[in-house]
Amino acid sequence: MEWETVIGLEIHAQLNTVSKIFSGAPTAYGAEPNRQACPVDLGMPGVLPVLNQGAVERAVMLGLAINAEITPRSVFARKNYFYPDLPKGYQISQFELPIVGLGHLDIELEDGTIKRIGVTRAHLEEDAGKSLHEGFEAMTGIDLNRAGTPLIEIVSEPELRSAKEAVAYMKKLHSLVRYLDICDGNMQEGSFRCDANVSVRPKGQTEFGTRAELKNLNSFRFVERAINFEVERQIDLIEGGGTVVQETRLYDPDRDETRSMRSKEEANDYRYFPDPDLLPLVVDTAFVDRMRERLPELPDAKRARFVEQYGLSDYDAGVLTASREMGDFYEAVAAGCDAPKLAANWVMGEFSAAMNRSEVELADAPVNAEGLAGLLARIQDETISGKIAKEVFEAMWNGEGDADAVIEAKGLKQITDTGAIDAIIDEVMASNPQQLEQYRGGKDKLFGFFVGQVMKATQGKANPAQVNERLKAKLDG
Amino acid sequence: MAQETLSGWVRKLQAREISSRELTQLYLDRIERLDPQLNSFITVTAEQALAQAEAADARLAKGEQTPLLGVPIAQKDIFCTEGVRTSCGSRMLDPFVSPYNATVVERMNAAGAVMLGKTNMDEFAMGSSNETSFYGPVRNPWDTERVPGGSSGGSAAAVGARLVPGATGTDTGGSIRQPAAFCGITGLKPTYGRVSRYGMIAFASSLDQGGPMAATAEDCGQMLNAMAGFDERDSTSVERPAEDFTAALNQDLKGLRIGLPTEFFGEAGLDERVRGVIDAAIEVLKGRGAEVREVGLPNSHLSVPAYYVVAPAECSSNLARFDGVRYGYRCENPEDLMDLYTRSRGEGFGDEVKRRIMVGTYVLSAGYYDAYYLKAQKVRRIIADDFRRAFADVDVLLAPTTPELPFALGAKADPVSMYLSDIYTIAANLAGLPAMSLPAGEIDGLPVGLQLIGNYFDEARLLGVAHQYQQETDWHTRVPAAFA
Amino acid sequence: MSVDTSEVRRIAHLSRLAMNDDQARDFAGGLSDIFAFVEQLDGAAIEGVEPMAHPLDAEQRLRPDAVTEPDRREAYQAIAPAVEGGLYLVPRVIE
Repeated sequence: MEWETVIGLEIHAQLNTVSKIFSGAPTAYGAEPNRQACPVDLGMPGVLPVLNQGAVERAVMLGLAINAEITPRSVFARKNYFYPDLPKGYQISQFELPIVGLGHLDIELEDGTIKRIGVTRAHLEEDAGKSLHEGFEAMTGIDLNRAGTPLIEIVSEPELRSAKEAVAYMKKLHSLVRYLDICDGNMQEGSFRCDANVSVRPKGQTEFGTRAELKNLNSFRFVERAINFEVERQIDLIEGGGTVVQETRLYDPDRDETRSMRSKEEANDYRYFPDPDLLPLVVDTAFVDRMRERLPELPDAKRARFVEQYGLSDYDAGVLTASREMGDFYEAVAAGCDAPKLAANWVMGEFSAAMNRSEVELADAPVNAEGLAGLLARIQDETISGKIAKEVFEAMWNGEGDADAVIEAKGLKQITDTGAIDAIIDEVMASNPQQLEQYRGGKDKLFGFFVGQVMKATQGKANPAQVNERLKAKLDG
Repeated sequence: MAQETLSGWVRKLQAREISSRELTQLYLDRIERLDPQLNSFITVTAEQALAQAEAADARLAKGEQTPLLGVPIAQKDIFCTEGVRTSCGSRMLDPFVSPYNATVVERMNAAGAVMLGKTNMDEFAMGSSNETSFYGPVRNPWDTERVPGGSSGGSAAAVGARLVPGATGTDTGGSIRQPAAFCGITGLKPTYGRVSRYGMIAFASSLDQGGPMAATAEDCGQMLNAMAGFDERDSTSVERPAEDFTAALNQDLKGLRIGLPTEFFGEAGLDERVRGVIDAAIEVLKGRGAEVREVGLPNSHLSVPAYYVVAPAECSSNLARFDGVRYGYRCENPEDLMDLYTRSRGEGFGDEVKRRIMVGTYVLSAGYYDAYYLKAQKVRRIIADDFRRAFADVDVLLAPTTPELPFALGAKADPVSMYLSDIYTIAANLAGLPAMSLPAGEIDGLPVGLQLIGNYFDEARLLGVAHQYQQETDWHTRVPAAFA
Repeated sequence: MSVDTSEVRRIAHLSRLAMNDDQARDFAGGLSDIFAFVEQLDGAAIEGVEPMAHPLDAEQRLRPDAVTEPDRREAYQAIAPAVEGGLYLVPRVIE
């Protein structure tokens, strides 16, 4: 039988506010346990939540970026359950009336076609703390620094049909939140997390199969592998005569498998009801308009502009707009050297290769946009050749100074003085009489030999076009 | 000496006729001598009080005039007090020494009040008789075999016996007004949102409101001046310009339109003698120029059942944080996490609290939400709408505070009969309206309370009507003989 | 409406309240009375009425995004039943 996979993603993005969603405690990652947990985060008696404007602003920006309806009057609700990392015994979330309603996101499939994925809703909520199991005998330690960190949970429609589509959607959303600068996107630190609802059904069937919710998918690779494993598991189960049960399953990257979470086995009854400590959140059109003004150029628009403005291929424009930082970097380089195509080739080529080799992020690269533009300008004005430029770039990457300093220090300036080039050519001709005679006897192929000798004598610095021209004249003369 | 009112002490302190230290010592002595009969205090903070009194005296000497400077008060043990046990009347919080102050405590400290201690209360404010406290029942100073009412029974008994000139209370369904009535004192539940709930341990968040309890309306106004005000830590706190709640005390009652809700007089269960007291009070107000007419609150009979859905629902969630992990009671040697939760909560909470948690859990659970919770929220609106219509025609509503006299300890064993003790007070909480109780008579040596309900933010007018009544009567000056 | 002991045990578990059989029986009586009492709501004229979650018709106020809370871990943990290395301890949680 042929099976169809049905996937819906719930993505939790931590919003990059400096303080928590309902308290004035800091949100910075990596502090000592419980040093960033105030009475509100600790669920102390009598304390009350007050909503952070920064979180609301970011949620609205996200909503606008996915063309979603912004709910004029949304409501915070309590999701009640007991867990040690949930200090109040309930999570403040949004249930019936989320701040962001129906929207959509376009993803590019492998064959280049565009697929529109519906976003059901996105709601604001608070993150939970962390349970630490290592280092204690028969005990678990609870760190509530993360408790109360603002989250936006973005729920997709079950419209993704493969692990690859799921990853494409997740990457697109990841890029978007970073474009919007509402989330740092750091998946290792858990700033951008994904749960996947996965089910299978016989191809052609309209009803959905029973789904499993996969948790702990903290990298793009894990999302893909976990979904693929789960799809196989479900198909094997059904084909073996079994049935899929609705449950939460944890992905174990070490074993590359998903397994049932015992702790979440119990049927949950979350008893949602409107949080009486918080009033309805009213977002009026003036607020929405202010957020709209704050929106940066979004990836799809930027990509189209790069094609239009810089004459780049759609593919190159896509690569260069994959992240806001990369797009900004590219534009700075292009402007600095006034050679957009050369800039695109270099950013995607030498520069990206160097980043990969050194395993650094753009922000930490030893050569900045200004530096790279300076180098490319020297190619443009023929101070150096493209080949020499690679050598200069290497030196710049190693911290030997900017392009001009490296060119100067290493004496790499291109020789463009016709007299000097003529003198070298004369010297080369004089020291290779045999080849000269053969060339003049009709062995044209030896022209390349003479170019090589001249370039060797100048350590590659002679302007290649001039060398060609002068050599031709002298050899033939 | 102890007959003096809170307002009277404010004047004497300002006039330097007595020092705060002397006054504080006077009341501390009374508490030590007399409270064993009442059990109205859970914690007495004598040392701290004397230090606060000395600081107040220094400020008085400099001519400062903050509203409660040097005046001894008590805090209901539901308000968090930094460095002082804040038990909420529960074993669950018996070990809880709060690391922060409630906003009300901060404000009263800033106003110069001297805190003598923390008053007893029904556990987590759930009760109408003060019998559910982990620290034992409070007794009514008018008859120690009877209850003082609840949940602010400790504050009411302490003020009634003049162990303190004023105390804070909280009122979720009548917890200021009903004990005020039972103990012969004046108590005001302000408009929802007037007094910050930050640091006031939540029972039912959309109903809870803190307020003053003292001998007179004037005292309550002075206390409310210190207690009320916008608080950025409470999202439900109302942002309004500061108001002097004593401003209307001397306004006469000519032309004041008083409404008598027929439903609060016709219901079975209203003690005829209580009815007689209220009728007499109406005559006093008429004599001062007020006009009286009947009004209808046709849905008021639904207020107790609606309340016993809404309040438990909120309480079941509010009390989920008491889990034995970060503070408070933790059971011995928990076997596993479930055992830690269920035993800490099972041992830490008393029966009435458990009962309400379970009612609330039930009405919010899958399949019951619409039938109970949502329905109750709708009923809540029609009850509030009844009041809106009534206040289109009248300025103030008048009714008994309670249908009956203070009852004997242990007299109301089944929950529902206890709940009906708040039959006249609950509607104001559902609507969020200000309401107060003031002493209006005595039957067989037991006080009777008169309730006034005002329109939103109309506390000053309520206090004015009460003050005018207290100009004409002396019920508010009476103190039980054993404590005179 | 009447609540039996098994229903009481279910609610008690959802509420994380330890309860023995005797207690469950006692609570069953009280809870049944309360639910029977609350049934008066069934007659209410609430057709088309908006549920009322708050007494005042107000909107949520927003707090500026700023850090205002200092680290007071020692004070907060001084009242904790069990802490080690700054962490609150609970019996081992199995995931």
